Amino acid sequence: MGPLTFNDIISTEWNYVIALLIGLAFGYILEASGFSSSRKLVGVFYGYDFVVIRVFITAVSVAMITLLYLDYLGFLDFSMLYVVPTYINAQVVGSIIMGIGFLMGGFCPGTSLTAVAIGKIDGMVFTGGIWLGIFGFSEAYPYIEDFNNSGYLGNVTIMDYFGINAYTFAFGFAVFAIIAFTVASKIRKNIKEIQY
Amino acid sequence: MEAKNIKFRHVYWNPYFGGLMLGLLIAATFYVTGRGVGATGGTKATVVKIVDVVAPEHTENQEFYSKYVDEDKNPMKNWLVFETLGILIGAFLSGSIKGRVNFRIQHSPKITSKTRLIFALAGGLFFGVGSQLARGCTSGAALSGSTVLSLAGFITMIGIFGTAYLFAYFFRKLWI
Repeated sequence: MGPLTFNDIISTEWNYVIALLIGLAFGYILEASGFSSSRKLVGVFYGYDFVVIRVFITAVSVAMITLLYLDYLGFLDFSMLYVVPTYINAQVVGSIIMGIGFLMGGFCPGTSLTAVAIGKIDGMVFTGGIWLGIFGFSEAYPYIEDFNNSGYLGNVTIMDYFGINAYTFAFGFAVFAIIAFTVASKIRKNIKEIQY
Repeated sequence: MEAKNIKFRHVYWNPYFGGLMLGLLIAATFYVTGRGVGATGGTKATVVKIVDVVAPEHTENQEFYSKYVDEDKNPMKNWLVFETLGILIGAFLSGSIKGRVNFRIQHSPKITSKTRLIFALAGGLFFGVGSQLARGCTSGAALSGSTVLSLAGFITMIGIFGTAYLFAYFFRKLWI
């Protein structure tokens, strides 16, 4: 039963090989979908290219439903999967900062790496910016530590927080996905084409 | 051959096919490792490593670094570092098959390369800071986090995309 490395079905020495292979597939899929182009990515905010929404929401729906189904069949223990801890204050502020960063830089960290790999100089500069941002954050940490750790709620899921059933939520998310794709196609048709 | 490459340069996968592949990959990653994918953790490891080489006492005394270098742990011996190397190789493979590998700066014809690079640096800087506050970026927190229905994943997803939609108007000259 999965997760395999937790349950000692795959020994931990294989971890780094698996990491490299997963990264390889991740980078390949992102680049092949066009995520190495900042102008294509940012199109989602100006209505001329919705590739981000289409890929991102499809991926979340597929992965969510696959994992829940594996759990239902007894091949995987869903409750053992890593849940990102919630620090509500820091996360709200952090994601607002990232949203602005997306508009300025045109990449997010994963997509900028794919841009670096195919020689985009703007991607390299963006990655340099990430490096400096993390360095600055680390140096300033003693002053922002209290804020950074405020609003801690633990490793909570949507099910814990809203008391909603996981299957109901996944179904709702799939419906949301279909609506989002339809709306995106409609908007796309009414926006002037942009060449890049 | 050259003409053929140019013709195919902008042919990307169908986005729903890309999404399906990405979804299956994330599900497989959780099934095998119990965790999702990430993209900032690898860069963070290099920050810690370089600071540790330059000023080892500083990393020991400062709390944010010390948890990565305690007991002679090597921050570069990390799952996410190997995954990041994989991302670079994978993207290079895809890009070279389609003839998209070359050194260039991509920007809107309405701005200069210099403006593009300044804003790229600023954007990266914001992502560096934001990802540390949010405990992950678009990959680690939003994508992988929402897959397992974590509250933090949805906060980050809505936060990043919501903010970008709200403020897109002010940055439109950079892109359209």
